[in-house]
Amino acid sequence: MSEYIIKNGHVFDPVQGIKGDKKDICIKDGKIVDKVGSSAKVIDAKDKTVMAGAVEIHAHVAGPKVNLGRIYRPEDKLFSCTPTKGKERMGGGASIPTTFKTGYEYAKMGFAVAMEAAMPPLFSRHVHEEIRDTPIIDEGAFPVFGNNWFVLEYLKNHEIENTAAYCAWLLNVTKGYALKVVNPGGTEAWGWGLNCLTVNDPVPYFDITPAEIVKGLIEANEYLGLPHSMHIHPNNLGNPGCYETTLDTMKLAEGIKAKNKFGREQVLHLTHTQFHSYGGTNWGDFESKAKEVTDYVNKNKNITIDTGNVTLDETTTMTADGPFEHHLTGLNHLKWANVDVELETAAGVVPYIYSPSISVCAIQWAIGLEIALMMKDPMRCYITTDHPNAGPFTRYPRVYKWLMSEKARKQQIESFKHKDKVLSQTAIGTLDREISLYELAQMTRAGPAKSLGLAAMCGGLKPGMDADVAIYNINPDKPVANPDDIEKAFSRCAAFFKSGVQVVNNGEIVSNGNKRTLWVNVKAKENPQVARDINEKFVKYYSITQANYEALGHHFVPNPYAIEVDATQV
Amino acid sequence: MTKVITDVICPFCGTLCDDVEVTVSDDGKKLLEVANACVIGTEKFLHSQSSDRVTKPRLRQEDGSWKDISYEEAADYTAKLLAKARKPLMYGWSSTNCEAQCVGNEIAEVAKACCDNTAAVCHGTTLIAVQDIGLPSCTLGEVKNRADRIIFWGCNPAHAHPRHMSRYSIFPRGFFTGKGQMSRKLVVVDPRCTDTAKMADVHLQIEQGRDYELLDAFRVALKGEWLPDVVAGIHAEKIREVADILKSGRFGIIFFGMGVTQSLSKNHNIDAAIALTKDLNEHTKYSIMPMRGHYNVTGSGEVFAWQFGFPYSVDLTRGFARYNPGDSSSIDLLLRGEIDAMFTIGSDPGAHFPISAVKQIAKVDSVCIDPHMTPTSGVSKLHVPVAFNGVETGGNCYRMDNVPIDCRKVVEPPEGMKTDLEFLTMVCDRLKKLKGVA
Repeated sequence: MSEYIIKNGHVFDPVQGIKGDKKDICIKDGKIVDKVGSSAKVIDAKDKTVMAGAVEIHAHVAGPKVNLGRIYRPEDKLFSCTPTKGKERMGGGASIPTTFKTGYEYAKMGFAVAMEAAMPPLFSRHVHEEIRDTPIIDEGAFPVFGNNWFVLEYLKNHEIENTAAYCAWLLNVTKGYALKVVNPGGTEAWGWGLNCLTVNDPVPYFDITPAEIVKGLIEANEYLGLPHSMHIHPNNLGNPGCYETTLDTMKLAEGIKAKNKFGREQVLHLTHTQFHSYGGTNWGDFESKAKEVTDYVNKNKNITIDTGNVTLDETTTMTADGPFEHHLTGLNHLKWANVDVELETAAGVVPYIYSPSISVCAIQWAIGLEIALMMKDPMRCYITTDHPNAGPFTRYPRVYKWLMSEKARKQQIESFKHKDKVLSQTAIGTLDREISLYELAQMTRAGPAKSLGLAAMCGGLKPGMDADVAIYNINPDKPVANPDDIEKAFSRCAAFFKSGVQVVNNGEIVSNGNKRTLWVNVKAKENPQVARDINEKFVKYYSITQANYEALGHHFVPNPYAIEVDATQV
Repeated sequence: MTKVITDVICPFCGTLCDDVEVTVSDDGKKLLEVANACVIGTEKFLHSQSSDRVTKPRLRQEDGSWKDISYEEAADYTAKLLAKARKPLMYGWSSTNCEAQCVGNEIAEVAKACCDNTAAVCHGTTLIAVQDIGLPSCTLGEVKNRADRIIFWGCNPAHAHPRHMSRYSIFPRGFFTGKGQMSRKLVVVDPRCTDTAKMADVHLQIEQGRDYELLDAFRVALKGEWLPDVVAGIHAEKIREVADILKSGRFGIIFFGMGVTQSLSKNHNIDAAIALTKDLNEHTKYSIMPMRGHYNVTGSGEVFAWQFGFPYSVDLTRGFARYNPGDSSSIDLLLRGEIDAMFTIGSDPGAHFPISAVKQIAKVDSVCIDPHMTPTSGVSKLHVPVAFNGVETGGNCYRMDNVPIDCRKVVEPPEGMKTDLEFLTMVCDRLKKLKGVA
């Protein structure tokens, strides 16, 4: 493999605490190394910014609901098609790009890793086929557990060991990465057209509360010592006043400490926090509770969050929160798709237009930014758009612009139709913080990598780590003349190396890289009861046989990277 | 000694049964018996063993006879045909696996072809309706475990999807449906008295082509508004009675088939059916599901969608993907005489397209990749027989509810025979060389 030396760049690396110093970065055999030979190819990064490859902690980029979005929204492809070009396959789609376009767009922005945030276990093969066809970036997928019948039955009696054994089995057969929870209990209730809106609403028939599910899965996660924590989309998403449910959910993690060998410190990751930080009692007195939520997170070190920034675009919402999508189609009357998945979960899809002329959308925009600006520790708050729910991931550079420039925020606020309402219902006008490049590297690289338990592998430029290196056309020595320059620079890398291979040059794809699928291989204690329960559920209730459930074989995971977890000694 | 292979997936219809048991000879070369499959599925497995099977590619000669050629020659011919064509049509894909479809799409991209699957003459109208109005749906296991109201509209699973009713929709005892058939009410809407209709609690023998009216009448009845005395041949009292049955269920599902997708009003029927499903969700929980035909037509739509963004009728001739059914759909392309090369795989347009379209196929250079001798292979210039997918080779397929199931290989194909995937890969490599693509 080629050797490279990236010279004269301003390096931002939270892993080593480098804050814009000029430093050479050496690449050999796919890894960052201390030095390379004289034959190494020299890349001049003078007056440029050098960071590790970015890490996406939460996006919906592959699988049944994403593809349902593609199928039922031909309009999303209008004006967004890209032809075959050099190494690039043709692509299309704005809020739900095709798999090839997804890979290229991430790479062009300097992303090395992306996590698919919700994999219905029964559809794991579909998720993996799409991951396989998404070039360049490493991807993992989080199977959903919060409405799974096994989990509901075990946790009703607080059987942590059985829950853990089942989770380990499911991660293995679906080639999953982490325990995802979406609207715990509420999505099962949706099987009957119902929902759970607080952590104490009992789940129909199963007679368990969302609180018991959440707490039990946190405990099971720490019992196994998985690389990532329980990753949650709490109940009551998107409703005025939902912040109370969010606080109730986070309180369930109190007193629990992380137990793992990956350097992860949190036990709960709260995702797309923006959607869970609403006050008020209706859409008229809708207001931000970003302060209440971030105050709590700032105080409690065992929680990490991501933002879920609204980007003010037309997009396609999709979530395993089935009842929420039904609620949303009632609000905007746009086409509604739904898939209930036997014994496991559900999903819904509804297009959505975040119009800057609608006060609620503008307030949502402000809340997302408030969260990032109010969080004291950038290592515990990551930038996402919950792609494509709050906006497409291709808008990250615009979010960075808003976070890094008060001027850009002011410009945007000025353009809102209901400017006064945005200022009265949120604190966005009072925040003068501007995120620095170092903090950005924490929020998009080192932070999410640590939260995912990948701190030893990616998110930094320390020798021994994967050689994921992004070079941006930003000179940190010069003040930014126009905030739009930030957006422009982060939209297209000057160069990007993924696992030591140059995949982007001057914003163009030059190689399809060597993509990997990340998954967690848990070795758990044998558990005859769980094995028997699994067998029984397949015989009686699943519509496929147990022998046909596992995502097995080269055509699903051609290039696996297994993270080994040994939970046999617990 | 013989071996029994369990959990085999049946590569026939969209029900994609995965509990078939196949007995093979000890050397794995002969398939002897098939258990659990329906009569059509059994026949599909056994047909792979027939002695009159074509095992070598055949090229049509000027005198109309066939000449056996090698797979290499067949791949050369196919690659040249695609390289030369200005607007090739690559049609079919519904009876092959997703891996082959992926390579096929790569070929189509290089050849700048029009790509289409059998939805074009089947549930394409459903897809158009879904693009209009959405689709509240579920997996078949949800039906098994929860559904107490089952509606079959314009479909006859007793014949077309024979095990659908026993595996998922009427008879199985699920988690919340412990009494099986006794816990379900079955409504069938069909102008004919089919074998499915004979089992129904209520059979609405609708006037042919009046589905849209009846669907709308149900929506009216649910709202308690005025109805004419008779709609689509059904009395208003009956419509109100059935509307009450639908509304009173805990979990209901509408299954619909070609009787509504390809009869008068086409996609508008499905619009109305989906709207009815949405309305029913105001009262209780309802889903709706198309009864997809070929065992992997759903998969073809999925692969098209994640690679090109559209589920069928994709036109790549401009170098990027366009979608405009009516313009970019197979029959229309053929009827307008725009196609100058025809590539068929895993389907039989010769049997299912209008004769005027089939005549166009016969006029142009063509290749048909299919294990069987079909009307399409009959009008094609080159017939490439391949191993039976799901019998002689595995590969991923999608059930009618989009659940992916990985097919199994149970016997060896006749010696020297290629699979779809192997042959397409040969074509792809050759085409790239011809086109100078890396």
